[in-house]
Amino acid sequence: MTLVAQEARTMSMIEAINQALDIALDHDPSVMIFGQDVGYFGGVFRATEGLQDRYGRGRVFDAPITEAGIVGVAVGMGCYGKRPVVEIQFADYIYPAADQIISEAARMRYRTCGEWWSPLTIRSPYGGGIYGGQTHSQSPEGIFTHVAGLTTVIPSNPYDAKGLLLAAIESDDPVLFFEPKRLYHGPFDGYHDKPVQPWANHPDSIVPEGHYTVPLGKARVLQEGEAVTVLAYGTMVHVAIAAAAETGIDAEVIDLRTLVPLDLDTIVASVSKTGRCVIVHEATRTCGFGAELAALVQQHCFFVLEAPIERVTGWDTPYPHAFEWEYFPGPARLGKTLQHIIEI
Amino acid sequence: MTYPLNRGGLHVPEALSRPADEPDFSHVSIPAAGTVARPEIDAYPASMRDYAYTLIRVLDEDGQALGPWAGDASVETLLQGLRAMQLVRAYDVRMMRAQRQGKTSFYMKSTGEEAVAVAAALALDRQDMCFPTYRQQGLLIARDWSMVDMMNQVYSNSGDRLKGRQMPVFYSSREAGFFSISGNLGTQYSQAVGWAMASASDADSRIAAAWIGEGATAEGDFHHALTFASVYQAPVILNVVNNQWAISSFSGIAGGERTTFAARGLGYGIPSLRVDGNDFLAVYAVTNWAAARARAGGGPTLIELFTYRAEGHSTSDDPTKYRPAAESEAWPLGDPIERLKTHLITRGAWSQDQHDAMVKDADEQVRSAGRESERLGTLKEGERLKASSIFDDVYKEMPAHLISQLEESGL
Repeated sequence: MTLVAQEARTMSMIEAINQALDIALDHDPSVMIFGQDVGYFGGVFRATEGLQDRYGRGRVFDAPITEAGIVGVAVGMGCYGKRPVVEIQFADYIYPAADQIISEAARMRYRTCGEWWSPLTIRSPYGGGIYGGQTHSQSPEGIFTHVAGLTTVIPSNPYDAKGLLLAAIESDDPVLFFEPKRLYHGPFDGYHDKPVQPWANHPDSIVPEGHYTVPLGKARVLQEGEAVTVLAYGTMVHVAIAAAAETGIDAEVIDLRTLVPLDLDTIVASVSKTGRCVIVHEATRTCGFGAELAALVQQHCFFVLEAPIERVTGWDTPYPHAFEWEYFPGPARLGKTLQHIIEI
Repeated sequence: MTYPLNRGGLHVPEALSRPADEPDFSHVSIPAAGTVARPEIDAYPASMRDYAYTLIRVLDEDGQALGPWAGDASVETLLQGLRAMQLVRAYDVRMMRAQRQGKTSFYMKSTGEEAVAVAAALALDRQDMCFPTYRQQGLLIARDWSMVDMMNQVYSNSGDRLKGRQMPVFYSSREAGFFSISGNLGTQYSQAVGWAMASASDADSRIAAAWIGEGATAEGDFHHALTFASVYQAPVILNVVNNQWAISSFSGIAGGERTTFAARGLGYGIPSLRVDGNDFLAVYAVTNWAAARARAGGGPTLIELFTYRAEGHSTSDDPTKYRPAAESEAWPLGDPIERLKTHLITRGAWSQDQHDAMVKDADEQVRSAGRESERLGTLKEGERLKASSIFDDVYKEMPAHLISQLEESGL
């Protein structure tokens, strides 16, 4: 962490992201930001608010509604020497760009032996919990963690969001930066019937004003515990903390932060201590990232495991609208699994 | 003539001639050389509509250069182009044979399409970035890129800069302004536009040029690229090489039955010109015009290069299974090398003897490069690359999981 003493204040995740983009534009003239509605309007979630005013239309601009075009153009800009930071309005709409992400950006360095590379960052709001239905709720990270050459990052709080985003932009590898939109304005532990909390009450909302990075590929042990390791990222980090508190189980909660490259050492150290592991994600279960986590934990911690590795995930269905809370893996469902796992 | 109404079921375009038929190019209308006007480089796209439906031609049947598109290239440039085209052809012949001899797994010739790449390369500045398909090897050869280096790539031998990671002909040379070839069709089209947008944002004078086949214009990337190029007025030349065949599919299957591929550009507000792709002078002049327009801030130009894929799609293809074997000879726009040669001889700048010597010299250059490259090995013989390099360059720094797989592999 390159944190130097500097002014800090409480920020929401969207403010922290906005500030990271501002700093990136200010520090590096090769940074260019574009996407649907990101220019004049400042983004449908306000992530790019004020940036076009400050840096001009040549650096921050609106793009046509064409995800494949946005990423394809960004790959070309990267090969020229720019550092494009593009936005896909919802992760649910990243699929048209899949060919450019998977076949081009991810492989550019490899197929040219380093003659060209794709230093681009693709920001995209992702995840559910907002009554977004089938196409404003998805968690497609598992599709991209399967692709060699991509880095996949998911922050869970304002401090990490800013530091990880700056690290992503500065990385010379292509980074998918999935932002849990449910966390933009406050932490969310899955208790949808309770009033929304602002970030102001959360310790990780204290964000330094200046430049700092949170390293990619490093997990964070959010809460130490002895009974069971919970592997989580994004919104599920807050669900895990809530479920542990509610059940009174001494869970060690790990926020993975970067899925690929994965911080396996931190995971193995934790499971070696607890002997139990529960994986939680919003994405559907089959072939989700949890399957990879379970396989790795099984391989590296086989002799210390005292119970089967469990996965608490979204169901293997499209994301429903009216039955949001029956789909969303909330603290009750996770708590039940935690209870079960420590009783084995 | 009335429009052919079709109420008998689904209309599926069908090639006019198949293997058992006589070749038929009766549908191809060819304006006389020199008859198409030349617009100013700052003409409004709407005023240039007709250029998308005609065919800009300079060389007539006797090799005379006619009309307002003649005279762009000097005799020296034409001679340079002739030599480069002959080298491409000789190179293609040798590498095809190498594939048949089992020295490599795959090859793709560009026979009949040499002018499309070579004339464009000579009309552009070397600093302009080309985003080719797999059939513009002529760009590298016209830019005097090392043929040994190209062969090393085809052989995946110990001298292959791409370390055996890419299939043959998927070259990459940043130094020669030749962007890395991808197997995924059309992707480079929007990348070229992005490169051009970046150049424009730096007020750089360099422009980008992209190539796509008529078959791949059906890909979404073609539309994305044209949209971005038009919206941001990117300094890019968007070439569509219409060689009439996408593997076994004739151009009607790509949407060319009732319109031209140049006409696709009109709906985007992009000036679009249709050119005789086997006429070196015409390709050179139109590329030159589009480059001048782009450099002056006039934005993108689409160029349809009407040509004919004289040979199979690749070494894995047998064209006699879907088109007449004699179709290539019946193709009315002839051969780009023969036509330029005739022109230069007519002009008194070249002779048959000089040409014969040049052909011999091209063969010798290719043979000599071949010997040098084969000393570095071929796909299955000679010194091999280090297999452990397969783990390099996935990321800038090798992450832990790849270090662990490298150890596991024992390579």
